Amino acid sequence: MRVNRKSLLAAGAVAVVATLGLASCAGGDSGSGDNGASAEGGTLTVWVDAERVDALKGAADAYTEETGVEVEIVGKDNATIKDDFIQQVPTGEGPDITMGAHDWLGELSTNGVVAPLELGDSAADYLPVAIDAATYEGTVYMLPYAVENIAVLRNADLVAEAATSFDDMIAKGKAAGLDQPFVVEQGAEGNPYHLYPFQTAFGAPVFGTNDEGYDPTDLQLGSEGGIEFATWLGGQGKTGTGVFNTDIDGNIAKQAFLDGTAAFWLTGPWNVGSALDAGLNVAIDTVPSPTGEAASPFAGVKGFFVSSESENKVAANDFLVNYIGTEDVQLDLFEAGNILPALSAAAETASSDPIIEGFAAVGAEAVPMPAIPAMGSVWQYWGIAEASIINGEDPTATWEKLTADVQAAIDAR
Amino acid sequence: MSTTFDEDVEAEKASPPTKRQKRAARIADAASGGIRSILVKLLLLGIVDAIAVYAILVLALSQEWLVLAVVVGVTALVNWIYFSRRTLPAKYLTPGVIFLVLFQVFVLVYTGYVAFTNYGTGHNGTKEQAVSSLMAASLERVPDSPTYQVTVVDQLGTLGLLVTAPDGEASLGTNDQPLQQVDPSDVENGKAVAVDGWTTLQFSDVIARTSEITELAVPFSDDPNDGAIRTPDGSSGYLYTSNLEYDEAAGTMTDLSTGTVYSDTGTGAFTAEDGTEILPGWQITVGFDNFVRAVTDSRLAGPLVYVTLWTFAFALISVATTFFLGLFLAIVFNDMRMKGRRYYRVAMIIPYAIPSFLSALVWAGMMNESFGFINQVIFGGASIPWLTDPWMAKLSVLIVNLWLGFPYMFLICTGALQSIPEDVNEASTVDGASAWQTFRHIKLPLLLVSVAPLLIASFAFNFNNFNVIYMLTNGGPRDTGAPIPVGFTDILISMVYKVAFTGQTRDYGLAAAYSIIIFIVVAVISIIAFRRTKSLEEIN
Repeated sequence: MRVNRKSLLAAGAVAVVATLGLASCAGGDSGSGDNGASAEGGTLTVWVDAERVDALKGAADAYTEETGVEVEIVGKDNATIKDDFIQQVPTGEGPDITMGAHDWLGELSTNGVVAPLELGDSAADYLPVAIDAATYEGTVYMLPYAVENIAVLRNADLVAEAATSFDDMIAKGKAAGLDQPFVVEQGAEGNPYHLYPFQTAFGAPVFGTNDEGYDPTDLQLGSEGGIEFATWLGGQGKTGTGVFNTDIDGNIAKQAFLDGTAAFWLTGPWNVGSALDAGLNVAIDTVPSPTGEAASPFAGVKGFFVSSESENKVAANDFLVNYIGTEDVQLDLFEAGNILPALSAAAETASSDPIIEGFAAVGAEAVPMPAIPAMGSVWQYWGIAEASIINGEDPTATWEKLTADVQAAIDAR
Repeated sequence: MSTTFDEDVEAEKASPPTKRQKRAARIADAASGGIRSILVKLLLLGIVDAIAVYAILVLALSQEWLVLAVVVGVTALVNWIYFSRRTLPAKYLTPGVIFLVLFQVFVLVYTGYVAFTNYGTGHNGTKEQAVSSLMAASLERVPDSPTYQVTVVDQLGTLGLLVTAPDGEASLGTNDQPLQQVDPSDVENGKAVAVDGWTTLQFSDVIARTSEITELAVPFSDDPNDGAIRTPDGSSGYLYTSNLEYDEAAGTMTDLSTGTVYSDTGTGAFTAEDGTEILPGWQITVGFDNFVRAVTDSRLAGPLVYVTLWTFAFALISVATTFFLGLFLAIVFNDMRMKGRRYYRVAMIIPYAIPSFLSALVWAGMMNESFGFINQVIFGGASIPWLTDPWMAKLSVLIVNLWLGFPYMFLICTGALQSIPEDVNEASTVDGASAWQTFRHIKLPLLLVSVAPLLIASFAFNFNNFNVIYMLTNGGPRDTGAPIPVGFTDILISMVYKVAFTGQTRDYGLAAAYSIIIFIVVAVISIIAFRRTKSLEEIN
């Protein structure tokens, strides 16, 4: 029996890997398994993004103590959580509950992987924008926990007072001796999310609304306001004032603000930390409007979804509505992520922080980002059209082509 | 020379073993470990078997009989191979074959399978899942209806809801029995919690019978249009009506508000007569539909042509430029007259040592039109549109890929050059050949014999070089004339990625079909190229 030891080791390793691989293809009862009946109270598996695992531990323990249901919190990479959820729920391997963002709703619902959620009377306790965002085709699917929107960060050492309008903002910055007083993330493919407040100021939302939310058959992009916005955008681009520049991406915008070469930065709460760390005296302002109408940014609402294949739906509903929906847990989550809680009472408590209060004030004007699948057809043309307008293409023609392309893509589905 | 060697061996076999041969056999025996190797083998196989037993238990519990059979079969085979005396070749082959099956064959077969299905957004699960999801989503809470406090009760296995209306009135009903007023035997805080003849479920019982409770819908009255009370969490109930009705026998969905009938027409979703589908649908096998769409889709046909041309150009130019730069540098640093060659060689390897997606991102930053290092520092503030002009962007992609790729070519050329004997050089010098002639007619052909297969592999790699495209330009600048989000530097693989995976609609079936087509293209080119390189070997 002359067998080389190395080959034996390798064979052993391979066989181990192979068996494990095959077993995990089929077994691995990690999710909503059939343990509901056998274990004492069953197990709820909850996927959350890795940063918020600790924030949920308290609620999970409290729930286990109260009901005997084990709650297993699994930290997941935020970038892959949606695709994993969509792919694993139909196989029965997915979790009972996942954390996510409201604009996933169209996709999740089209794939049939989320179950409706009844908030009951507690729906009135949430910020209206959060409930709007959690509703898809008239049905609530998400327990909201945080509302996120962009606002203008102002370097209060450079410019002491908030700007009253877009032109006033540029003038104030120039008066402080800055060449490029206002920066906003764009990049070669544009960034419609960050330009949306200006677009709404011209009265041009993407979709109209009906009583079930956004109406995919009512494309408002090409309305008169849309053309006006495009013309204005062209005037602020490469061939005009140069306020907008597609060479400015997220990092360049950030660096300009941190270096003090820009006094105003249109960005989200996720960037406030680095501005404060750099020792800047930061104030949060509403987005200065170019028209006099309110400049409403998109609101992104984060929350929890229940899997349509969960075998513990009762516990999942109970856990979300009666535990995650409490002020304490919403405040814990707020501390982990530093974005405004969706529960009104928690939002009020959190607003004692001036930064959060500033974002909350802007958020009051925000509109939920459309979650309808038709929005996917908008994103793929929207930014590129705005980028070419900024770079000097004819605004009216480009905007009309954008509208036509989007309409064609929606019709082609 | 080799023939004589073989004859020696055969001669030795025929004669009885000499002393030396016996000693050699003993040494070989000791080297292979003897008893120790048997112990290690037993231990390793024991571990493998233990894991297999665990896997079998898990699989048996989840009733995956097919996979279980495979695991049993593979484990038995592995044991037999390593205990048998007659399976020496299999002992060496088994690990590789298992790896091959698990990581290559399985992936290929699965990709092939997906290419024949409509797997993607809206066609994600089974028909049963689609039906239950549609039914759940079609439930609507009756507008302005109150919250009812409910208690789940049980009578001989039949679940019922003990409902307390906001006015304090209690009533009881089951799936078959509409709500009827009852006198509760126990009331806590205004909520009826028990009634004679029924057992009240504790919360843990409620959790344990979740599936029954999610199915529990107690009709509000004899009229089904009044809706039914359901409880999502076992303690509060709401009045729901449904606007979809599923007829299992006919396999149709009826929209109760409009009267439209949606039936299963074999397209993987409930479809009305006018062609409107309600999603989610389910996965079905669609035959060659995806392949047909991949080549005939009118939105894709135009871009597909120039993307394919650019893909070939990109792969060929990348291989050519990296090879010749690498070869040139290898020759230069192979020259004995060069001082400090070792340090230069290390410097050459640096681009190779940095992960390519990271360097591509850094390059993207350096090539920024107004703020990039190249325009600002090297060209003194010029605004050269490195990444935003269609032709400049193509050039930039090639430059960055050259930077990323030449160290590899440098390494293999250095190795290949050193294996060419020095006397070739001397002989040609004696014959009066110039340095260029020596290189062109002697060294390069000799070099190509060993390097050509690597060049073909490099072509195949660059054909699918997703990293550099995605990280540097993301396919941009966008072709605003195209109806899909394709750009001027997109190669096939990045275009497929955009078509199939960006936006909110995924189409895994189409993507799998494309990847199979790309695989066939690369395979055919490689086979032809390998055949042709054989002629190179005839030079010797």
